[in-house]
Amino acid sequence: MNYTPLFLSLKIAGIATCIVFVLGVIFARLIARNNFPGKRILEAILLLPLVLPPTVVGFGLLYLFGKNGPIGSLLLNWFDYQVIFTWVGAVIAAIVVSFPLMYQSAQASFQNYDRNIENAAFTMGASKFKVFWTISFPLAWPGLLAGLVLTFARALGEFGATLMIAGYIPNQTETIPLAIYFAVESGNTDAAVFWVVSIIAIGFSAILWLNWWSGKNILKFTSDK
Amino acid sequence: MLSVDLKKKLKNFSLEATFDVSNEIIVLFGPSGAGKTTILNSIAGLTHPDNGYIKLNNHSLFQINEKPLPIQKRNIGYLFQDYALFPHMTVKKNINYGMKDESLVNELVSVVGIGHILDSYPHQISGGEKQRVALVRALATRPGALLLDEPFSALDEETRKECQNELLRLHKLWKIPVIMVTHDYKEAEKVGDRIIRIEKGKLLEN
Repeated sequence: MNYTPLFLSLKIAGIATCIVFVLGVIFARLIARNNFPGKRILEAILLLPLVLPPTVVGFGLLYLFGKNGPIGSLLLNWFDYQVIFTWVGAVIAAIVVSFPLMYQSAQASFQNYDRNIENAAFTMGASKFKVFWTISFPLAWPGLLAGLVLTFARALGEFGATLMIAGYIPNQTETIPLAIYFAVESGNTDAAVFWVVSIIAIGFSAILWLNWWSGKNILKFTSDK
Repeated sequence: MLSVDLKKKLKNFSLEATFDVSNEIIVLFGPSGAGKTTILNSIAGLTHPDNGYIKLNNHSLFQINEKPLPIQKRNIGYLFQDYALFPHMTVKKNINYGMKDESLVNELVSVVGIGHILDSYPHQISGGEKQRVALVRALATRPGALLLDEPFSALDEETRKECQNELLRLHKLWKIPVIMVTHDYKEAEKVGDRIIRIEKGKLLEN
């Protein structure tokens, strides 16, 4: 049995999750807390991958990162680098499809506590940086973690956009969902079942752990004496 | 001395407030939505007036056409209505968050009598205790003035009286300008050296 799809999937989803987490938190803070013209439109664009078929996202990414695409041609000219048909392309696909989940979770969790808690810290002389790390981030953390797990799960399960931008290259861009599809295609049911069971196990434990953890944490600040 | 002269357009009326506070307790008394909290927020720097100035000991906090002093640099203690204690920190960490010196904190803690709950979290203590913690936390930063937004409204009658006495006692020890907002006239009379009535954004001094 070749376990490359497992490691490849964990690598791609892991890297994508880290990037999405940072981007999601930054965007949620900047966009949710400030009013500017075009805010609703920007938000709609950021959330769009949530409702679009992954093939549409993949098509868009192919256009952007293709040899003649606006980003692809720059990468090719400046760094002599192509992301199409590489695992990096799969990371980009995972980032784009999972970003809305992180963004929504982050936005909700930064609105989930009383703004005056931050204001109180400001009146005590704390800098914006200090308030973010000591007040906002810890208070938003349960929600951020939920977003993190959802992001990872979504990135792990990404299929359509990944296939379009990264293609199916065994041992290079063959993530678990792709391995399942092509195993079924080629009649290799045993391999398909193996990967189906493993991805169900990963997803199930992630959600189970998340529910257990958030239940414990909600109790922490609300239970009485 | 805290000097306020501000104008700000609110939803249904315009707020105009001009008053000075020396080292006394001023009570802003009036119905909900009269603009009381807006005055406190303007002094603290959470919102900005459209016109006028705010000065603390001849230090400009806000002056029209100038960049307002950021909240962090105003040195104004603010006690919020719901206390806004940090729920994920113990009482001790709450108090130490903006502490200027430890001996002051120790003195405050013993004056107010919250030494036994220093290791508790805010959700583990009573309303009266939360109120005292928030007061000590605000005073621990050695503020140049103290703002109190309906500080006793969530407390039962007896605790409320105790906390009012506490405030008066603390004010005797640390004489700074204090502005307290309330809509309880009995409380206003008991605590305030002066009462300023406010209705639809206009001040009427008693």
